[in-house]
Amino acid sequence: MSVALETGSGSRAIGVETVGMTKAFGNLVALDDVSIRVTPGSFHALLGENGAGKSTLVKCMMGFYQPTSGAMLVNGEEADVPNPRAAHAHGIGMVYQHFTLVPSLTAAENLVIARTDAPRVIDWKAERRALSAFLETTPFKVPLDVPVSGLSAGEKQKLEILKQLYLDQRFLILDEPTSVLTPDEADEVLGLLRAMTEAGDLTILMITHKFREVTAYADDVTVLRRGRVVGSGRVRDLSVEDMSRMMIGETEIRESAERTAHQQAALKLELAGLFADDDEELPAIEAISLKVHAGEILGIAGVSGNGQSELIEVLSGQRMLKDGRIFIGKEPYEPERGQMDAFKVFGFSEEPLKNVAVPRMSVAENMAFRTFDKAPISPFRGWLSPPPMRRQARDLIAAYRVKTPSTEEPIENLSGGNVQRAILARELSGDVDILIVANPCFGLDFASVAEIRAQIMDQRNRGAAILLVSEDLDEILELADTVAVMSEGRITYQSPMAETDRATIGHAMAGHH
Amino acid sequence: MSDDAGLMTVLLAMFAGAIRVSTPFLFVSLGEMLTEKSGRINLGLEGTLVFGAMSGYAISYHTGSPWFGVLVAGICGSCFGALHGYLCKLPKVNDIAIGIVLMLFGTGLAFFFGKAYIQPSAPRLPAISFGAWSDHPGIRQALEINPLFLLGIVLAIFLWWALRNTRYGLIIRTTGDSAPAALALGINVDRVRLLSTMAGGFFAGIGGSFLSLYYPGSWTEGLSSGQGLMAVALVIFARWNPLYCFWAALLFGAAGALGPALQSIGISRGYHFFNAAPYILTLLIMIASTSPRRSLKGAPGELSITK
Repeated sequence: MSVALETGSGSRAIGVETVGMTKAFGNLVALDDVSIRVTPGSFHALLGENGAGKSTLVKCMMGFYQPTSGAMLVNGEEADVPNPRAAHAHGIGMVYQHFTLVPSLTAAENLVIARTDAPRVIDWKAERRALSAFLETTPFKVPLDVPVSGLSAGEKQKLEILKQLYLDQRFLILDEPTSVLTPDEADEVLGLLRAMTEAGDLTILMITHKFREVTAYADDVTVLRRGRVVGSGRVRDLSVEDMSRMMIGETEIRESAERTAHQQAALKLELAGLFADDDEELPAIEAISLKVHAGEILGIAGVSGNGQSELIEVLSGQRMLKDGRIFIGKEPYEPERGQMDAFKVFGFSEEPLKNVAVPRMSVAENMAFRTFDKAPISPFRGWLSPPPMRRQARDLIAAYRVKTPSTEEPIENLSGGNVQRAILARELSGDVDILIVANPCFGLDFASVAEIRAQIMDQRNRGAAILLVSEDLDEILELADTVAVMSEGRITYQSPMAETDRATIGHAMAGHH
Repeated sequence: MSDDAGLMTVLLAMFAGAIRVSTPFLFVSLGEMLTEKSGRINLGLEGTLVFGAMSGYAISYHTGSPWFGVLVAGICGSCFGALHGYLCKLPKVNDIAIGIVLMLFGTGLAFFFGKAYIQPSAPRLPAISFGAWSDHPGIRQALEINPLFLLGIVLAIFLWWALRNTRYGLIIRTTGDSAPAALALGINVDRVRLLSTMAGGFFAGIGGSFLSLYYPGSWTEGLSSGQGLMAVALVIFARWNPLYCFWAALLFGAAGALGPALQSIGISRGYHFFNAAPYILTLLIMIASTSPRRSLKGAPGELSITK
């Protein structure tokens, strides 16, 4: 039989199976008859798009949801998991996409409080001795006395995994564990986990959408689409094309626009020595100097939390600049509404409902944010005329294929992809000279991602200067003409895309340059 | 009277006043600190304070035991805390709005039941004399210290220790800093907050009983003059640290004692201005400790003001 089963026998790892698991929320069937089998000591990848049912499946396994029907087997025996505590008792633990560490507590405090049998009064001397002894038995190293808010993303992720091992959970569910890590950190963490599965100490079920991680680390793979299992098997028997076809199905994906060549383009956007502080009044960005030319996409790569969001906030007028100037063409630029309009500066970012839309206002109102104070929507000082606003919204909804029941629907009721499309319609329908984009495809499905990337490329070809900040290195590699890497608030590396590669950029992201 | 003696008198009066006036601040701020550490703000502590003052006084009057009054005031405070904790658990309920409601409810209820106790005089809390060694009457008087102040110090040190060295301390900090993390640990977030708010209410109730049973020492409707609300500012100033709460309470107490102290040596000009010192101090502290450019350092991550 399989290699995994043989190494699994007599080891501490456990195997988990679901049989015909179905979960319905009202009329919506999120999981439909899903059976997967994760053998002890194996590294199993769960692939699927956003909304394919991956989270619902693991939440059922963890006891956050009760499946409508179906059963779960742990080491071949039927297990009842009414709540997460029961899952933990079976040795099943989960590492969430968002950290579940308590920021103000130290690593040691986080570990001790995670224990169900934490003592009433904590004898820190004894606990520290026990923790050090435990750390000796694992390959992960993390400083114990620093508040978690002071750890790097990689250290936090290691601490999350350590926490599960500390609780003696031998079946780990990892939800996109590498989304906040540099490529090097991701390889280190997954490599160590892989070694533990090979030693038979651990079984891993990893949710991911990165094929590279599946082919490099996983033994088996299960692919979900619209709540159903659409394929599974040994990773070595499948090609990346096979897996991506299973994931996407027959959905039509818009082809990316051709990249047209621009000759001797004019300088459009110049950032000259920008400095700004974060919310703690510590330097967040330091001496950021960048130039973006017409018809160029400048991609800023970096692991989240290295000053990218502060840079975007500075450029969109949400954060005070401590020093430095922004120029457009040769003229100084202040990110205020009037100047944005005059210089034709537009932009959008991840999670639009949080960042660039008012969730409870209607689609039409949200689409009019750039134009509501101008004729025809505002025919007269301070007065608003709804019919032109609705007409404009109807045109944009049709042109950008936004799926919404009406123009008057609160925008928060739309799906993520449609909200982003509505914002795209608002920002891109006019004449765009400068475009500032941050993680535009975060959390969206394949079709929306392709659409949005194609739109960005269209704007580039039309001659807009585009500053693209993305935590997704693949997005930068696909779109950017020039790449810059941001690390600890500084631009640490910059190169034309033709003269660099993934590994070089990845090293620069980790601070080796 | 020479200038030196006058200054000495003012300083002594301020020292004694700081200890007297700071005690309710200390209890309310420790209560508010504990509640906020668990992730909720209870603005209703002003109402709890006033109701604690009324109920403590009434019980002391009827039973003749001021200490029993203190206990009942604390229990009444817990009931207000429980009400706040329960209401905030309901979906789409804002803790600040509920706090304001409970503040008005608490004071209103205290005025309603308290009408009968404005005239009669109840037995008051005793003081402990630490000044027997001195024959200076001013020093002796200044060192008449009430046991509740000492209890407050012990409580502050205990809370400081317990928040880092006990399981419940870590659970409260976890709940206040990250509700998702707490849920992932299997902690019942609502229950932790309910219990923390109840404990906070208990402390605030005790703080109220001090007002009516020791200083000023009688039940009147204008007793609290906003001390419960100032405690909220005080907690921010103290950065959610129980030991800093103690020093901050002393500072507020000294500011509150400034007016009476000056009056005691015959300076009555600007009396009302000096009486307003605690309010001005609150304003100055809030201006100095906040900034549009940074978030509050040390604030529990779940507080609705920091989110």
